[in-house]
Amino acid sequence: MNLRDTLTLSFSTVVSYRTRSLLIVLAMALGVAAVVVLTALGEGARRYVVGQFSSLGTNLVIVLPGRAETSGGFPGAALGQTPRDLTLDDALFISHLPQVKRYAPLNVGVAELSAGGKLREVTVLGSTSELLPIRHMKLSQGSFLAHGSERSAQIVLGSVLAHEFFPDGNAVGQRVRLGDSRFMVSGVLAVQGESMGFNSDEIAIIPVDYAQELFNTNTLFRILVEARSRNAIEPAKAAIAHALKLRHDGEEDVTVITQDAILATFDRILRALTLGVAGIAAISLAVAGILVMNVMLVAVAQRTSEIGLLKALGAPAADIRRLFFAEAVWLSLAGGAIGYALGNAGAWMIRLAYPTLPAWPPAWASMAGVATALITGILASLLPAARAARLDPVLALSGK
Amino acid sequence: MIRLTSITRVFRMGDQEVRALNGVNLDIASGEYVSIMGPSGSGKSTLLNVVGLLDRPDSGRYELDGSDVTDLSETERARVRREKIGFVFQSFHLVPRLTAAENIELPLMLEGIAPAERKSRVDAALDAFDLKDRARHRPAELSGGQRQRVAIARATILRPTALLADEPTGNLDHRIGAEVMALLEGLHHAGTTLIVVTHDRELGARAHRHIAMRDGEIVGDEK
Repeated sequence: MNLRDTLTLSFSTVVSYRTRSLLIVLAMALGVAAVVVLTALGEGARRYVVGQFSSLGTNLVIVLPGRAETSGGFPGAALGQTPRDLTLDDALFISHLPQVKRYAPLNVGVAELSAGGKLREVTVLGSTSELLPIRHMKLSQGSFLAHGSERSAQIVLGSVLAHEFFPDGNAVGQRVRLGDSRFMVSGVLAVQGESMGFNSDEIAIIPVDYAQELFNTNTLFRILVEARSRNAIEPAKAAIAHALKLRHDGEEDVTVITQDAILATFDRILRALTLGVAGIAAISLAVAGILVMNVMLVAVAQRTSEIGLLKALGAPAADIRRLFFAEAVWLSLAGGAIGYALGNAGAWMIRLAYPTLPAWPPAWASMAGVATALITGILASLLPAARAARLDPVLALSGK
Repeated sequence: MIRLTSITRVFRMGDQEVRALNGVNLDIASGEYVSIMGPSGSGKSTLLNVVGLLDRPDSGRYELDGSDVTDLSETERARVRREKIGFVFQSFHLVPRLTAAENIELPLMLEGIAPAERKSRVDAALDAFDLKDRARHRPAELSGGQRQRVAIARATILRPTALLADEPTGNLDHRIGAEVMALLEGLHHAGTTLIVVTHDRELGARAHRHIAMRDGEIVGDEK
């Protein structure tokens, strides 16, 4: 019997046992679909996190006051000292380091914004003109804080704020009151949405000196630094830590983190998570494989007299083995293909329901899912096929 | 030409040995029409299975068309069955999900014959057995006589030298049974060796040579 006839004959068998075939294909398909959907979710989560981080800025080094220690407290705490604060002078000092491309000091606080008889509480960022390029922000109108004019009373509004206070869209050039001071709107940020749980559409940005005045402080919340290149991130981190240690009387009382390190950690965790869920989903495929084996064994028992007939007609054992084997291949192929389609449809629905989550199933997972379905189905058919081929023709003909 | 020499076939049932065939010697020439008769358990079906290479004797020698087929491997036995032997069964043994034409085509498919030639040979067989308008029907949609005609067409499509029929009319009424027998006898006239196993005396009497069996031995052989 040639290959084509084996395939067509087994295909017609699969088609004629409709319910049985549908159930196996369904079990296989659900297994494959589970692999595809779960890895799409895992991969989507990973891409989401990576995307969020890169929207913060590239080659970013963040300096924050205080030292994150895993053991023990701040050494000076017993003497009544507190960790030294970060100041604008520290920021200026860092900016002279050769590895640093640009920097932006950052103050964060809450203040009341009022204009045209409206009033609301807003999150206020105090920074410099460099914040715009470092944080990859975009303007929809006007200009950002003017360079080198930290003393001018400018304010940049988030898109939602601008719309709330100036519904007619003419925010630029308008005067607003923030706390007790008056500011002129120089620009409006483009719509950016939420990023790392922080909605940049509802913030106001003012020059850092005004912010320190407003919040009655002379310390900084963060210093954002952009390194010259990707390779300069680690040297920049070391140089900043060293420089601030020198400035702070040899005390290591700041924490310098790089976005890459955090990103790499998240990336690793989420990749492992994706692999893990793929593995769990693959177990369902193994279960489907056992189901295929069971159903094929039943099929051999049911079709005993037919196998006897084929033997009487002169079919060698190899032909009979191949017929059952081909049946399993058809079932697994159909299961794999339908599962792949179902999984991709599932991932598509997830993307529809949660547009921010890029739930695209990775190619390796789809291929591995379909391949696992094929391999388990084929492996599971080996035993039943061998059993069918071994049947004694006389006994088989009488259905025993 | 079929030559069996001291063929013995023993079945074990629990701790008891049943000698289904006990030192059977039998020569059947090409083109003979033989009936094998005997009560149930006399070994006539086992004899037919050994002749048809479905069963292996425990001892003895079997020569078919001048060559020793006693010790052939399973694959070689399958090939000999395919090329030289056609079976007709009491219960037809048609594949229920295949149409009449597809059932007839099965041996051609197993032989590896190209589809175009298969089709012309199947069409010829459908014509010869008056099944033209039933070609696309499944066995469940055929009458008993039609089913047995499909089975005979299938058994003869590769032009075997011997046609082995085990109670070919056992599931058919008298009139249809006679039609089927006439069909088989027509094939015999065309040169095929025909061996019919039956316990129907009337049917057995139609053959040209009558073999009687009892307890695994041949107790009568007359022409």
